[in-house]
Amino acid sequence: MKPFSFRASYRYFLSSLFVILTLFSAPAIAVIDSSLGGASALLMSKAFDNKSRGLDLLVETSHPRTSEILQLLSDSQLYYHKKDKRLFIITHYVTGKVAKDLQGNEQVIKKKRDFKKVTLNNKMRGQINRIQAELGLNADNPQQREAAVRDLLKDITPGTVATLKTRFLIEESKNVREMINIALAINDLKSSDDVLLSNAIEQLDGSLEQESRSALVAFVSTAQSPLLKKQAQIALKGIEDKVQYYGWLETLYFGLSLGSVLVLAGIGLAITFGVMGVINMAHGELIMIGAYTTYVIQLLMPDHIEWSILVAIPAAFVVSGLVGIAIERGVIRFLYGRPLETLLATFGISLILQQAVRSLFSPLNRSVETPDWMSGLIQINPVFSLTLSRLYIILFCLVVFVALLLVLKKTALGLQVRAVSQNRAMARSMGIRSNRVDALTFGLGSGVAGIAGVALSQLTNVGPNMGQAYIIDSFMVVVFGGVGNLWGTLVAGLSLGVANKVLEPWAGAVLAKVLMLIFIILFIQKRPRGLFPQRGRAAEG
Amino acid sequence: MGVLNIVKNDRGGQIMLGVLLVITILVPLLNLFVPETNPLHVPTYTVTLMGKYLTLALLAVAVDLVWGYLGILTLGHGAFFALGGYAMGMYLMRQIGDRGVYGNPELPDFMVFLDWQELPWFWQGFDQFWFAAIMIMLVPGVLAFIFGWLAFRSRVSGVYLSIITQAMTYALMLAFYRNEMGFGGNNGLTDFKDLVGFSLQEDTTRIGLFVLSAVALAVGYLICRHLMNSRLGRVCIAVRDAESRARFMGYRVENVKLWIFVISAMLAGVAGALYVPQVGIINPNEFSPINSIEIVVWVAVGGRATLYGAVIGALLINYAKTYFTAELPDVWLFALGGIFVLVTLLLPKGVTGFVAGLKQHKEVSA
Repeated sequence: MKPFSFRASYRYFLSSLFVILTLFSAPAIAVIDSSLGGASALLMSKAFDNKSRGLDLLVETSHPRTSEILQLLSDSQLYYHKKDKRLFIITHYVTGKVAKDLQGNEQVIKKKRDFKKVTLNNKMRGQINRIQAELGLNADNPQQREAAVRDLLKDITPGTVATLKTRFLIEESKNVREMINIALAINDLKSSDDVLLSNAIEQLDGSLEQESRSALVAFVSTAQSPLLKKQAQIALKGIEDKVQYYGWLETLYFGLSLGSVLVLAGIGLAITFGVMGVINMAHGELIMIGAYTTYVIQLLMPDHIEWSILVAIPAAFVVSGLVGIAIERGVIRFLYGRPLETLLATFGISLILQQAVRSLFSPLNRSVETPDWMSGLIQINPVFSLTLSRLYIILFCLVVFVALLLVLKKTALGLQVRAVSQNRAMARSMGIRSNRVDALTFGLGSGVAGIAGVALSQLTNVGPNMGQAYIIDSFMVVVFGGVGNLWGTLVAGLSLGVANKVLEPWAGAVLAKVLMLIFIILFIQKRPRGLFPQRGRAAEG
Repeated sequence: MGVLNIVKNDRGGQIMLGVLLVITILVPLLNLFVPETNPLHVPTYTVTLMGKYLTLALLAVAVDLVWGYLGILTLGHGAFFALGGYAMGMYLMRQIGDRGVYGNPELPDFMVFLDWQELPWFWQGFDQFWFAAIMIMLVPGVLAFIFGWLAFRSRVSGVYLSIITQAMTYALMLAFYRNEMGFGGNNGLTDFKDLVGFSLQEDTTRIGLFVLSAVALAVGYLICRHLMNSRLGRVCIAVRDAESRARFMGYRVENVKLWIFVISAMLAGVAGALYVPQVGIINPNEFSPINSIEIVVWVAVGGRATLYGAVIGALLINYAKTYFTAELPDVWLFALGGIFVLVTLLLPKGVTGFVAGLKQHKEVSA
């Protein structure tokens, strides 16, 4: 933090002098906040110029709480007591709430008139931003330093150029040096030296910063030399191509995350519909039950929201799975071989479940909190960043898919499920208890629906109607992929998601969805058994 | 007496039509000529409600035609109903003329609100009743034709067909929710004033619509019954029970399916057109898949492949719906869901099948 020791001590001398002068010249400000020195008195004065000087003073003394004070100022949370002449932090400026002074002593606000906010004007806001950026430039963390340079790009002044150049000499991080170079190059574009200009354009070539682009655009429109203009245009073109490329990557990423949602919603159905041949119209409601389970778990552990999701996944699997087994034992087992009847009966069940949720929880949507570790983003470059929640959804979808594949291919239950689904009579005669297998398979499919509900609770509101929103999507994915084929479900879900996101900017969200539905309707005409049809005798049915 | 020949061997149909005839004559009389203080007086509200039920019964008959006799479980018939309704709604919108909130003689209010300058091309002609009347049957018919032509020729059947019919109505719902579609967005079409010159607020118009609904139901029923009595009807049943055998016998199964499907869609369109002026609104919610599935349940409750069963089911469930949603709104979905489950499990042939079974049982034991 002390790269400028010489200058700092020099300034410190000046500022001390200033404080002493103020002390004598303004006896009215008798009590001074000892922690901030003269700066506090200046901040409490009425004139913005004085306040601005107060900020400079904080920086010059390299006061340890500078950035904190700046943040409070820009959040409008810094007040002063009119009589005491002391600074206070007030988050809720309401009588009866607490005002905290900078040492942390609390005081109840008796009258609102006692306090006055330290107001800012636009010039001061600019100053605060600049100081914050310059402070960030000296931060210990290279990422913070990079962000600080990026902030400075917006408004490069001779002062910032000097600061940047000094920083460059001692900067160790390659990324930060690169960023400083870009900043300096943007500044150099204003010069009239052809060599400097050409170097600057070369430096900016391929830079994805918004400011680099606008600087180049501005340069192209004013450039004197045709040669330099040409060079800048080529650089711009390169940048635009790169931006477009990342735009495609982003669409792909959004598409894959939407597709993962579709796969999650559909994959439980791929088991109950695809493997067992049961049209379960209550599938959406099983998803809903999973989402509500997440909600209840969060209510049960309000102090550990961070971990609630991890608890909710197995819980939702068990709850939805048990409901599924109850549905199978109570209704579906009487209707095997009559798919249209199962459709009607399970639709009835879905209505009952919806109303049950409505009566239990209220018809209003419930919001489920997202843990901190799931929000945020990974910034790859200025035009491309990965939202963490979407990344988790994609990973989660793949994990669920692989787990399910392993269950069906590698476990005894999986073997029995496949046996029963291919030839019930034969399987029974080989000693497989088909009733038990049916119940467990249905439970498995329902449990997976519940897990999907946990994931969906992080994306949308949890409400009694959420199941209906996903049932048609789920069926589309399974039918498109080919019934009885988990891989088909994966491919279908992901490709539908990507296609939807590709269409969206062109057609709008609703129309994109309509087009997808029409596409699937037409697709089924061509390939009635989906992308990956089942072959052999089992397929006739 | 050619018309009566159609229902010669149809005892249920005879009773149903008889009751319908009595109601159609009695209800208007009881509404118009019995004083309001008399307990026998039928309020206009009830007349409209009954008219609404009758249109829904016609819709159920249309569904029974394809589900009961062809085995096509359609989960999208609400779409044809709604399209017929929208065609009627567009006519009614144009009849408002300059009496709308914005007083624009050419454009309906919602278009003025959206700042549209001229009537979109697909609204042209809807100021003429004859044009709207054709569209009421033509639009659902054409959609059913295209959809059926694609689906039946490529032999999409069973649950796959059910799922794509559902996707069809869902896609239409999403589309109609868009303001840009030009059908009033999620508010739909409403604020109707009059129909071919008669004010919709008048009691006599409402009675007229009730009688029209009854006539439409009777005519629709007779058409369906006539079709099913004919050779085509027997082919239908053959297709339902053993599609590949019917195909091997040389019948063009896809054509049979297609034409019955189109006729059914047109009937549904007529039902929708009569429904809209009686309830006073048509909005995209009519396309929602749950509505279409509900129709199937009416038919299932009444009994498949009887036609009159569909009428009974539609009336029973809709009466129950009106009752429950008013008295015990929370119970309605439980009740409807329960009916779904119980009927499929315990009454696979519906109420009419159950009654017939009882009768047979009596005869056998007697």
